[in-house]
Amino acid sequence: MPFGLLKFGLSKGHPVPRALPAASELRDSYDVVIIGGGGHGLATAYYLARDWGITNVAVLEKGYVGGGNTGRNTTIIRSNYLTPEGVKFYDESVTLYKDLANDFDMNIMYSERGHFTLAHTDSAIRTMRWRAEVNKHMGIESELVMRDELQRMVPQLNYSEDVRYPIMGALYHAPGAIARHDAVAWGYGAGAARRGATIHQKTEVTGLEITKANGSPRRVTGVHTNRGTIRAGKVIQCVAGMSGEVARMAGFKLPIKTIPLQACVSQPLKPFLDAIVVSGSLHVYVSQSSRGELVMGGSTDPYGVYMTRSTLDFKEGLMMHMMELLPFIGEVKLLRQWAGMTDMTPDFAPIMGETPVDDYYIDAGWGTWGFKATPVVGKRNAEMLATGKVPDLIKPFALQRFHDFTLLGEKGAASVGH
Amino acid sequence: MKIMTCPLNGPRNISEFAYGGEVKELPAPGCDNETWVDYVYLQENLAGVVKEWWYHTPTAFWFIAERDTRTDTILKTYAASEVFKERVDFAAGDKE
Ligand SMILES: Cc1cc2nc3c(=O)[nH]c(=O)nc-3n(C[C@H](O)[C@H](O)[C@H](O)COP(=O)(O)OP(=O)(O)OC[C@H]3O[C@@H](n4cnc5c(N)ncnc54)[C@H](O)[C@@H]3O)c2cc1C
Repeated sequence: MPFGLLKFGLSKGHPVPRALPAASELRDSYDVVIIGGGGHGLATAYYLARDWGITNVAVLEKGYVGGGNTGRNTTIIRSNYLTPEGVKFYDESVTLYKDLANDFDMNIMYSERGHFTLAHTDSAIRTMRWRAEVNKHMGIESELVMRDELQRMVPQLNYSEDVRYPIMGALYHAPGAIARHDAVAWGYGAGAARRGATIHQKTEVTGLEITKANGSPRRVTGVHTNRGTIRAGKVIQCVAGMSGEVARMAGFKLPIKTIPLQACVSQPLKPFLDAIVVSGSLHVYVSQSSRGELVMGGSTDPYGVYMTRSTLDFKEGLMMHMMELLPFIGEVKLLRQWAGMTDMTPDFAPIMGETPVDDYYIDAGWGTWGFKATPVVGKRNAEMLATGKVPDLIKPFALQRFHDFTLLGEKGAASVGH
Repeated sequence: MKIMTCPLNGPRNISEFAYGGEVKELPAPGCDNETWVDYVYLQENLAGVVKEWWYHTPTAFWFIAERDTRTDTILKTYAASEVFKERVDFAAGDKE
């Protein structure tokens, strides 16, 4: 082993080749400028290059790639949503995810675990049954399991009646999975860069150049950054928690509130929990990572801030309920705690497609549920930018729905379950 | 623990309070749909100093707070009556 290390250190294979090319100068002009180098922005660049041959593309990222919510989420991937529009959309994403490691030639550690959303009340059982029926109708593996069967499938939980919210059953979604989020960002970033797109880190968009007609915004023509101004054919914003601030640069308001979502992991334990367990009533969810850490989180903070600070209130609230589900956890130490700034919509569905400004597109409102959507978002954004037409699959998510009063009502399936 | 000063009850743990949305101008009765869209759905969502409704849950008291969302600091809190001095006649729109 020491010789292997020495040999590697002296060999030409060291340092290993970098996934992303070194920083380069900004060009004067790009066909497509993507604001935000999270999973969504990078995936958009990837499919633009791979599927449409569009490579005069810049991804502008104010920090480092994947440093936003893409690198902060708890990686739950599933498609058992409530609305037919949502189910169809997330199903395409799950299908793409299954092939992503091959696509990237990189292990994203996609791991199917089975996803259980616990029900502790009669009304929750009713909602689970409703979701299961919508899901089955759309061809998704999803079923209601009652307590005895659940106890055989997930014996690790506390099924005592002697708790505040005894477990009555669960919605079971066999394809529910987790993956390595950094690998998803790097895979998309490296794949996009290899095909000719340029990724500019430490490049913050500070303003937009928009032509005006009769005093109201018409068409986007350029982007101001901390490294100078560039001309752009089309622009799309994929900035999660900063959606409202960037849309303000484009001159329109969004139905979005920026609210932190916190999460934490325990010290590593021996593998004992294969399932992903979520409880809406208890506001908690937990899975065990491939390193053995319990990955835990809950609902968003009670109020919005533009910060990624951690709070004691979050930990206390979370652990109070976690101890009901897994009482032994009182003996376990926490290892890390962090937060991301999520872009929450009133109907818990995303906002995708056209905006009031021509050639300016939006990919926002991903709140606490957008990691699982990364592949389908990239693929459909790319199609939209390349063809100039909004794909049918994402039409229901238009910003216009708030002006037409056609909201989607995904809250029951997206709030704590993400 | 984060402390918020309630105009009625003094300094209390922030977990006793509920956030109630941005302070916005109430649309005039009988206004058009777009005005309602703006009022009901659209958000300033500012990274900076904001003015918001807050509620002290145990005493059912609504008030206004000014906060800086970049630093999570509460700048001031005061009773809603300092801003809203007149009763709103909600039935006025129906009468038109
Ligand atoms: C704790 C937590 C747990 C979550 N759990 C799940 C889960 O289990 N399953 C799930 O599906 N989803 C989950 N999510 C949601 C998911 O993480 C996000 O919806 C998704 O990652 C959004 O990806 P994105 O690429 O749009 O945003 P991000 O990854 O946040 O990328 C946006 C990027 O834009 C950059 N940016 C912002 N402003 C500018 C500017 N002016 N100029 C240039 N760049 C800018 C930011 O630096 C950032 O890197 C969770 C989120 C959090 C915070």
